[in-house]
Amino acid sequence: MLEVTTNHYLVLSFALFAIGLFGVAARRNMITVLMSIELILNSVNLNLIAFSYQLSDLTGQIFAIFTITVAAGEAAVGLGILIALFRLRESTQLDKATELKG
Amino acid sequence: MNALVENGPALLFYVFGALALVSAVGVVALRNPMYGAISLLTSFLSVAVLFLLRNAEFLAMVQIFVYGGGIMVLFLFVIMLINLHRLAEVKKFSAHMPVVALLVVLMIGVFGWFFLQTGFGPAFTQPDVFDHVGGVKMGNPEAVAMALYSPANLVPFEIASIFLLIAMIGAVTLGRRQ
Amino acid sequence: MKDLVWVIPILPFLGAFLNGVLLRGRVDKKTAAIIACAVTGLAALLAIGVIWDYTHDAAYAGGKAFEHDYYVWMPAGPVHTLAEGVKNFNIPLGFLIDPLSCVMLFVVTFVGFLIHVYSVGYMAHEDGFQRFFTYLNLFMGAMLLLILGNSYAVMFVGWEGVGLCSYLLIGFYFKEEFPPYAGRKAFVVNRIGDFAFVIGLGTLVATFGSHKYTEVFSAVRANPAMMQGAGYLGLTLAGFIALCFFIGATGKSAQIPLFVWLPDAMAGPTPVSALIHAATMVTAGVYMVARSNAIYQLADGVNMVVAVVGALTAIFAATIGLAQNDIKKVLAYSTVSQLGYMFLAAGLGAYSAAIFHVMTHAFFKALLFLGSGSVIHAMGGEQDMRKMGGLKKHLPHTYKTFVIGAAAIAGVPGLAGFFSKDEILHNAAAGGHWILWAVGMVTAGLTAFYMFRAVFMTFHGPFRGTHEQEHHLHESPPSMTGPLWILAVGAVIAGWVGIPKILTLGFLPENVFGHFLEPVFAPILAPIGEHHAHHVSAGLEIGLMLGAIAVGAIGIFLAWRAYGGERGTAADDAFAARLPGAQRVLANKYYVDEIYDATVIRGFWATCRGLFRFDAGFIDGFLVNGVRNVTVEVLSLSSSLFDKYVVDGLVNGVGKLMNVGSRLFRRVQTGYVSNYALVLAAGMFALVCVFVLMRMR
Repeated sequence: MLEVTTNHYLVLSFALFAIGLFGVAARRNMITVLMSIELILNSVNLNLIAFSYQLSDLTGQIFAIFTITVAAGEAAVGLGILIALFRLRESTQLDKATELKG
Repeated sequence: MNALVENGPALLFYVFGALALVSAVGVVALRNPMYGAISLLTSFLSVAVLFLLRNAEFLAMVQIFVYGGGIMVLFLFVIMLINLHRLAEVKKFSAHMPVVALLVVLMIGVFGWFFLQTGFGPAFTQPDVFDHVGGVKMGNPEAVAMALYSPANLVPFEIASIFLLIAMIGAVTLGRRQ
Repeated sequence: MKDLVWVIPILPFLGAFLNGVLLRGRVDKKTAAIIACAVTGLAALLAIGVIWDYTHDAAYAGGKAFEHDYYVWMPAGPVHTLAEGVKNFNIPLGFLIDPLSCVMLFVVTFVGFLIHVYSVGYMAHEDGFQRFFTYLNLFMGAMLLLILGNSYAVMFVGWEGVGLCSYLLIGFYFKEEFPPYAGRKAFVVNRIGDFAFVIGLGTLVATFGSHKYTEVFSAVRANPAMMQGAGYLGLTLAGFIALCFFIGATGKSAQIPLFVWLPDAMAGPTPVSALIHAATMVTAGVYMVARSNAIYQLADGVNMVVAVVGALTAIFAATIGLAQNDIKKVLAYSTVSQLGYMFLAAGLGAYSAAIFHVMTHAFFKALLFLGSGSVIHAMGGEQDMRKMGGLKKHLPHTYKTFVIGAAAIAGVPGLAGFFSKDEILHNAAAGGHWILWAVGMVTAGLTAFYMFRAVFMTFHGPFRGTHEQEHHLHESPPSMTGPLWILAVGAVIAGWVGIPKILTLGFLPENVFGHFLEPVFAPILAPIGEHHAHHVSAGLEIGLMLGAIAVGAIGIFLAWRAYGGERGTAADDAFAARLPGAQRVLANKYYVDEIYDATVIRGFWATCRGLFRFDAGFIDGFLVNGVRNVTVEVLSLSSSLFDKYVVDGLVNGVGKLMNVGSRLFRRVQTGYVSNYALVLAAGMFALVCVFVLMRMR
């Protein structure tokens, strides 16, 4: 009988997290970066649920709800920024946004 | 058949887990953001299934509704807005991609090994927590609702609603054409 | 009354304090004069009272000394002495009255008072009137300290004090060029003598551990063998001390070789010359030798030195006086000559004869000086006798008293000088010192000659001055002629206290003076000096006396022949024509000052300059400055290097570090968000690793 333990979930969630991290750090397209961020937040949710199951505590699920809420809000604002930046730079390339250089 | 039933949850896990991973990779690796968005949607749905496997039914629904129905739609709208101009083909990855890749592999390696050999006690010792309310089996949403509107979680709940309001205002302000 | 002896010196000091400090510039001349004369007069009265009391006090009959210590001035502590082992050396401030100090006290206060009165008239038109009397009173106080002190230390205080006042008074006309120089010369020459004097004082301490007369002399009288034993510099102990004191006396009392200051001291006002350089200060040396007679009695070789120096000085100065034209210079050299007589007497052991001559000399020399002052005053400041002449008509009192003084000094029988000079010559002859006697005789003749030369040139013959001077001629006021007459009386009768046996004619008192002073000069070994062992027969004595009278008469006669009547200065011109070389030498005082200048003074200056050059050039320049240069250079160089490389290096290094570091860290700010995300991820990963590792441990 194949057992799927919390460990598996942890590994999976961390893998998703790492992939999302890769996307955030290594992609040039702004939209892709934002999507990777969503991926990260999602992986966190998975982690929370896994532990909620492990510990038989609903707090994990509650927390996950909030995480989702925040992710939503953040996605909205982030996309707003993205649009504003796009309008300024006429490009979706993150390399063009270098005001912080120095 | 018995084997299928017995190992069903595990099988489901592996299948949808793999799907989630692959689609996540797709999000990160695909050039066209539209494709990336679809891939992300797939990932979300896979994760929703994984939620179901862990007795988080309500949250699975919320995941689908909010992430899939809300956030992804938002993304798609924005992608469509932006990609209207048919932008030039540029490099996909930034200059330091190898470093990041290395880091990520390292991280997965280290933490993966670490997580795999962590010992946990027995899981799901109190199944009633998830769907019983006051001793009566009512289902996961009710249980979550009771927990969410309890005094402990009420304040965060309200704050979250204010946060949403602010986010909405912010998004509208940012998106306005001057 | 004796107990009030301490008031006597205080009075003139009080006068000096009032005129010099408290009331300086605040009172008119009359008040200043009254203060000064009053204190001196009171001191004189008190002196007479003290002398009377002392001589009529049975407790002190036979010349026993009355002494009183007032307080311990210098408690110096134990000292190792030759005579008495370890002794506690104290110098108290005290006064002593004995016959010797009585005589000196009388002379100083009496003559001093008369001169104060005279000065009121003489200095009436001078600036610095009050200053003059301050100094004069100061001098009186110091002189009284000198003669009343009961120890060598107190005497030395007075000794130096009169030296100071001499300097102040010689240089009284300080706005001119010469008087201050003369004052300095007097002080410096005195100092040379004082050097030896102080060595003598020190030897006294080393030998006896005391300065008090009573203690020293009783120790000397108790140890004649020790005093005649080995001393220092090849002399006997007594001889050494006596010689040191005598050198001091040559300075103070103007003997060879330190007499050069006295003629130049005539630059001071005439009353000063009278008081200080005739009657009192210059006799301090003689007083000192007389006071120390106990030591001198045991110092045979040095005694001869004293006598010979005295005699030489006497004749030497007398020859110079022959060719002087300034009336005060004549009197100055005369003073030097007469002081020589006094030392001649002291050297022969005739201490009372020396003191006798001090007293008579005080009277007639003061008289002569004051008389010359009167003449100068009448001549409007002219002192050159060649411009005088025929003044006896205009200055009758001055003339008469001057002649009396001149006769006294020339040894005219019956007057004061005759008796005192005769006693000195008698002692010389009686001791068998015929050469010294001859020198004394010749000097007596010269004295008579030059003295009457001065008289004739000044008062007889035609007037050789200018018309304005002739109009100005007038006799001096009574404040000046009064003291002249009083001194003239003294010049006549002062000698009558020392009538030698032969002339007593059976009824006159024999040598009251000598008997009075006998206890002070008590012989130690034999009758004073061994030389007095012989006595001259009465006939020889009369013969010698007549010889002295004759010599004096010849001198006066020759002077009359040369200068009397209408002849004026013709003789001088003839002398200059006949023996120009001799005249020049005498007139230029044997070029003594020039010789001193060329040898001693120049040598001294050369040495000083050489030492200065050594100090400034080598020690200061090379050593001190050299060391400074080296240290400064080295220090400054090293500190500049340190500052430049180490300190600045540090500061600049920090700056450069900042620069480099910031340039380095700037590269972190790429501006690419992806980079930031990567760094974020990497950092987070590291942190978690650390956390986990810690947890695992």
